[in-house]
Amino acid sequence: MKSKVIAVPYIVWAGIFIIVPSLFVAYFAFTDSSGSFTLSNVARIGEYTHVFVRSILYAAVATLFCLLFGYILAYIMSRLSERAKSVSLVLLMLPMWINLVLRTQAFQNILMDNGMLNKMLALLRLPESHILGTPAAVVLGLIYNYLPFMVLPLFTALEKLDISVIEAAQDLGASGFNVFRRVILPLSMPGVYSGIIMVFIPCLSTFVISEKLGGGKVYLVGNIINDMFNQNYNFNVGAAVSLVMMLIMIVTLVVFSFLDDETKEGIL
Amino acid sequence: MPNEIIQLRGIHIEFDGDVIIDNLNLDIKDKEFVTLLGPSGCGKTTTLRTIAGFVTPDEGDVIFDGERINDLPPYKRQVNTVFQKYALFTHLNVYDNIAFGLRLRKTPKDVIEKKVEEILEVVDLKGYRSRSINSLSGGQQQRVAIARALVNSPRVLLLDEPLGALDLKLRKDMQIELKRIQKQTGITFVYVTHDQEEALTMSDTVVVMKNGVIQQIGRPKDIYDEPANAFVADFIGESNILDGIVLRDRLVSFDGATFECVDSGFGENVPVDVVVRPEDIAVCEPEKGAIRATVKLVTFKGVHYEMIAESCGFSWKIHSIQQHPEGSEIGMNIIPEYIHIMKKEAGTAN
Repeated sequence: MKSKVIAVPYIVWAGIFIIVPSLFVAYFAFTDSSGSFTLSNVARIGEYTHVFVRSILYAAVATLFCLLFGYILAYIMSRLSERAKSVSLVLLMLPMWINLVLRTQAFQNILMDNGMLNKMLALLRLPESHILGTPAAVVLGLIYNYLPFMVLPLFTALEKLDISVIEAAQDLGASGFNVFRRVILPLSMPGVYSGIIMVFIPCLSTFVISEKLGGGKVYLVGNIINDMFNQNYNFNVGAAVSLVMMLIMIVTLVVFSFLDDETKEGIL
Repeated sequence: MPNEIIQLRGIHIEFDGDVIIDNLNLDIKDKEFVTLLGPSGCGKTTTLRTIAGFVTPDEGDVIFDGERINDLPPYKRQVNTVFQKYALFTHLNVYDNIAFGLRLRKTPKDVIEKKVEEILEVVDLKGYRSRSINSLSGGQQQRVAIARALVNSPRVLLLDEPLGALDLKLRKDMQIELKRIQKQTGITFVYVTHDQEEALTMSDTVVVMKNGVIQQIGRPKDIYDEPANAFVADFIGESNILDGIVLRDRLVSFDGATFECVDSGFGENVPVDVVVRPEDIAVCEPEKGAIRATVKLVTFKGVHYEMIAESCGFSWKIHSIQQHPEGSEIGMNIIPEYIHIMKKEAGTAN
């Protein structure tokens, strides 16, 4: 009984700040400007199909690269001494203390034609890059911003892995690659799934990163929603797009937590 | 020498400047049950890991079947290990755990099936093949770990305190079970433990280690009856260790009395360590004993009573099936065969 009492503030909080706004979103999505019921907002989403596809694609590519780099980083970190572990964790978290907008602004400056990147390329006598304003810059920005969210769950999963399990695999005849494929990777899958959720979902809904690094040329779902609410003042279409976005995220969450439970069943 | 499957020659290992193994030489015969016995930190696990290939010695040679294998990685060695905490793969079920090594060796499916079923029978886990590891008890997990190693038919099976986490009853059962498996399969077992009773029960040969140095190698009975030094005597079973003086061959004096003994060749009037097992002391009437003592403490141990009795210069531990009340006077006699005399060694007296 006591645990229920303790949960009351959270339930109130969730009610006011999560449930009620969601209901508002649903209400706006299915009404017109005069407040009467309509399906036309939802029907208009078809116009934005290519934006949805692009958003999902960029988020997926960024998540994939985060997984690749993040796994290597997390694995190295998990094998460090206790002291080096905490230092590297702090270094990893440090950029996250800076506001996302500010971080992205800084990243924009680095990528600019007369920015640090090109100055370094010139030093190395390499050709100039004009990456800013391209999809590559946006994906790069997504990777840069969300890599720590991938590393943390992976690090937690890999750190728990007992060295004797790796030795057991070697003892039974597994060479380096087989140890990874047959033991380390399967045992770290819970971390992989959490990492994917932690990176894919914020990547999907970003609008700051695409705005700053895409130079207005890379339009994502987050930008549609932002424009509808802040420029066009078309709350109804904005809400409909948000609703579809929420659905995509919920489906992602459900799929990956299902996969996660599947692996945990074997592990626990 | 075709009989020796593993030879360790002049092994020296240091970690961060600490000497873990110092000039260790050990021959292990094929089909033998060898136990490395010693207190924690004596280097027994490091010795085992050297054979498995997880530790590369700084000096010396690891020879397997006549071939030097110092640089052979663990996955290429014909040995398998049963790890201290089992180190089972929790993402795989019992069957897949056991089949792990066979699959890596590209064994045909039907052969794997047959071998795993056979080994499940050997370790008494028939019907458990689809169970997840975490649904098993400690004893069952332990048997899966043994099966996972044994199924590969290694030339040598290394066991690192495999029974340490089990309760006493289960441990006793598993000791007998392991000995049976070893006899049945004819695989050489190298077993690491700090439990002297376990070592004496199971082994053909016991290797007693201390501070990275082998103290004694021998059959269990020889080690118990004829410990090489005071450390071995103290570690294997319980002992009374006293300062004594060898007066001449077959005559020794300790605790204010003179005894006949069977040892000779120590010289005359030479200080020695004298070891007497608690169960080898005969308690009698005070006036009939060579040594008189007062009983200070009596503890019931099940089969016998353990008594602490103080003589003029020593506190004796005595095992007797007869109880003598605390405070009473007793006499003690020891027959020559039960008096073990050892050369005094620096650092071995406790």
